[in-house]
Order: sequence, then structure tokens, then C-alpha cells
Amino acid sequence: MSYVVPKESYTGKVLSVDFGKGDKALKIGGENCLPFLSFEGELPNRPVIAYEIQDTPPTDWPDTVQNIYKNVSGDPVTWAKHCLNELKAKAIALRLVSTHPDRDNRSAEEAAKTIKDVLSAVDVPLIIFGSNHIEKDASVLVAAAEAASGHNCIIGKAQEGNYKTIVAAALAHNHKLIAMSELDINLAKQLNILITQMGFDKEKLITDPMCSALGYGLEYTYSVMERIRLAGLMQNDATMQPPILGDVGTYVWKVKETSASDTDVPEWGALEERGIAWEAVTATSMLIAGTNLLIMRHPKAIETVERTIGELV
Amino acid sequence: MIIIGEKISVIAKKVREAMNSRDPKPIQELAETQWKAGAHFIDVNTGPAEEKGEELMTWMVESIQAKVQAPLCLDTTNAAALEAGLKAHNNQWGKPLINSTSNDPERFIMLELAAKYNAQIIALTVGKGGLPADAEERCAIAAEMMARAAEYGVPLENVFLDPLILQVCTTQDQAVHSIKAVKMFQELNDPPMKTVVGLSNISNGVPKNMRGLIDRVYLTLLMYEGLTAAILNPLDKELMDTLKTTEIFLGKTLYAHSYLEM
Repeated sequence: MSYVVPKESYTGKVLSVDFGKGDKALKIGGENCLPFLSFEGELPNRPVIAYEIQDTPPTDWPDTVQNIYKNVSGDPVTWAKHCLNELKAKAIALRLVSTHPDRDNRSAEEAAKTIKDVLSAVDVPLIIFGSNHIEKDASVLVAAAEAASGHNCIIGKAQEGNYKTIVAAALAHNHKLIAMSELDINLAKQLNILITQMGFDKEKLITDPMCSALGYGLEYTYSVMERIRLAGLMQNDATMQPPILGDVGTYVWKVKETSASDTDVPEWGALEERGIAWEAVTATSMLIAGTNLLIMRHPKAIETVERTIGELV
Repeated sequence: MIIIGEKISVIAKKVREAMNSRDPKPIQELAETQWKAGAHFIDVNTGPAEEKGEELMTWMVESIQAKVQAPLCLDTTNAAALEAGLKAHNNQWGKPLINSTSNDPERFIMLELAAKYNAQIIALTVGKGGLPADAEERCAIAAEMMARAAEYGVPLENVFLDPLILQVCTTQDQAVHSIKAVKMFQELNDPPMKTVVGLSNISNGVPKNMRGLIDRVYLTLLMYEGLTAAILNPLDKELMDTLKTTEIFLGKTLYAHSYLEM
């Protein structure tokens, strides 16, 4: 008797979400099988990696990754253009960290101006993040959504404490929205329900179950992402079918493995390679768990993960 | 769990009148409300429908599927009417379900139709010789029916075994036999056989104010044993809440505070 490959069948399907406009627009999701199991289903859209940039020089990033951008990071427009023209970025994620009250506490109006400037300089899809401050994001992201009106951006992150205003802004200006919960599968589902009950189309939603770095709870993130996929695909749970975001860079580039120098810990190997490997391995794990959209920082890590995706799809 | 909405039945006066006068509106409304309440199939019970049965079933199927994007459960003993329904059925949203065949040779025609139209079919585990005494007898009949289905060319994945639910008020001991049968049916094949019940039979004959409670508790026990589908009233909110909560306990649905609203 010949061997027959056992196959799972899935009743659900990940929703496909498009963002950006014109011929540079991108699409993520749409698969009806677990990540990369193309022998069991269709994977119409390749996962996307967006280059992370900020609206203020990234003085808190480790030198390894900060230095890469030292000539361009003084201005978000220059930085964005660098990612686009030199690094061939397919998407850019602009993080409005300067609006955080503990950083420069810049106003929502200033953030709106930055967004307009960046949008007029680049034609690839833009993802807009606040500073992850619940109250401040509620005003910053509303201004951001308005400034980016018509550009079909992804904005976020809407959380339990501020989702109402951010959802309303995304709705009014026709953007896609990231719903974030903190490593809690039931809350992730609940937040998606609450957002869709406001009249927000679930086909415009992206779930961020919260990322983490290798060695710092990656297995929790992995399990939550995996459970989301299983609920969406095998139990056909419509609330758990949006694509998943992996906000990798921000978690990876603050752990000691990506900043401790060669002389301090010689047994860990060369710092630069170590940092790149840390980001690449974390990102690859997220992909295997079901992530559709990755936010990353180091060009070499991005190149590595792009190559891995190329081999897997 | 697969929910088969039971409200469109010739037994209901409103439905019967609409059928007789060919007024699609009340029927379409009942189909839509059941579908929106979570029914996966809409049962269409035209009874024996001896007169103009074929024309009636065709009209029912077309009227309902004009409004509801779901497969139907065609419920009549009139084989010609059933075939007309299968012909009219739009399979875009799923295969139709025939309700039903049994181990009575007069009902084998239904298996023939299931094979011919690639339909799913409910197989009542009852023969010509009276009601089954216990779970074991139900299993023996089920095994015969599975062989019969194979003989007619109906794949076992299209068969839903029905243990036959009897009313608790007159045949109390049968309640547990049917629960046991649901468990045992699944062991008759790998992958496990699908199972279905007509839930409200359990509370037939009991005082009206107790029917809901009896249906809810019985459904929970059946679901615990792995029941695949039930013919029930999806407009009964307490019943649906019980069903959803049981699915949470069994890990079939992921918990969220608003799970009852989904």
C-alpha cells in the first residue's frame, strides 16, 4: 500500500487585509491552513516585513542598530526615504515615540504633520504606531488617522483602555486597525468582539497578541498566536480570523543579548551578529506561529527573514 | 455543534397556512430569524404532503434559499417530493440533509436519493419491528444501516445516526439509552460516525413550563458525549445560551466575556 500524506482540513480561513494604495499596495492573510502548510491549503499572500522608523532619533536603540541609521534618523522623512530607496522596503512602520509624555511629549498636531510629511515622501504602505501610552495614543492616533486620510494605512494600537476613540477614527478615515491585548487569548477575542460591535468591519482588523523576544517569553507569544490560528482555522471562530501582527524589533532590541558587548560576555559571540540573529530568530518563530505582518529594525535580520520566507512559501 | 432549525414545520398552524396559500413571507421570515440565530441548516417539514408534494417542496426550497444562504434539511416521507426538493436545492452553501431514512425497507428509497444527489442523510436507528430497547440494540441497527448506506453508495461521512429520542415522561429509562447510543455510534467507524437528535422529543408530553429546562439539560448531556448535530429551536435563547456555554466547557469555542453574543 502506498503512503498517503495525512492532511488536516480546516473549516475557517484567515481574513485577507490590504493596505496602502496604488501598485505598491500590499495584502496579508487569506490562508486557509496553518502557516506555510501549502500542501494542506492555499497561502495567497506572503507575510510582509515593515521597516520600523521613528519620529525622533532612536537614542534608546542599541548602537548595533542605531548606527545603521545614524545618518538618516534625525528626520523621519529622510529615514523613510532611506528605507525605501536604499533598503527596498516594501512597507514602513512609523512609531510616534516622541509623543509619549515621558519622552518629548509632542502634540497630536505635530504627529499629524510628521505623518503628512512622510506620506508625501514615500509611496509604500505606511503603518502608524502611537507611543503605546493609553491616554496619549487616544488623541495622537485620532490626529494621525485624519492626517493619513485616503492612504489606507494601518493604525494602532487600539487597546482595551482606548479602543473606542481609535476605532472611531479608523472608521471615519477608512484605515486598517491593530487591536492589541497583552498575552491574553480571551482578551484578544473579547477586544475583537467589542471593536466589531462598534460597526468596525472585521476584515479591516489585525490582531496583536503582544510580541516578546527570544528568551523573554517568546513561548507565551507563540502559544497565544498558535491558539488564535487554531480557533480561526479549525473551530471557524470568526472573531479570531484577522491577520496577526508581530511587533518584533521593539522587543528584541531592548534585551541584554542584543546590547551586551563582546568584552563583557565573550562567550556569547560577536555583538553585531548576535543582535541580528536574535531579531531574525524571534521573527522566524513568529512567522511559524502564524504572524502575517512583522515590524523589524536591522536590515540584515530583515534580509535573513525575507530569505527564509522565500524558502517556505 | 451543527444546529438544524426546526421551526418550519407543517405542524405549526402559521406555517401550514402559509404553505397552503403559497405565501412565502411567513416562511422566509422564520428561515431568516433561525439562520441569524445560528442555525446551520433550516429544516423544511412538509409532512407526508401527498397532494402536490413535489410542487410544494420545490416552492419551499426556492422561497427559503432566496433569503437564506444555508443548506436545508428536507423533512418529508414523500420520496417524490423529497427528490423535487433535492433538485431545487442550491448546494452553494452546503449539501442538503435528508430527514430521514431508517432500517425500514420502505425508507431505503431515501438512501438511493442521497446517493443520487450526493446529499447528507439522517439515519434513524429504528427498524420495522418497533422501538429499540437500549443503546446496544440501537448500535446493532446503526451497523446494519451503515452497511445499507455503503450498499447504496452513500459515503459514511454523509450519514448522521439518530438514536431516536423518546419522551422522558413515558419512557424514562430510554433517556439514558439514547445518550449512551450517541457515544457508542461514534465508535462504529474511524473517523467517528456523525450523530443527530430531534431534541424536543425528550420533553414531549411534559408540562409546558418545564419543557425548556428538560431540553437544555438533556442537550448538555448529549453534547458531552460528542453529539454532532441537533434539530432544535434556535430562537429559544436559554437553549442557545446553554449550548454555547457547553461548547465553552468542552473547548469547542474560545472563551471571551461576550461569547453569548456571538
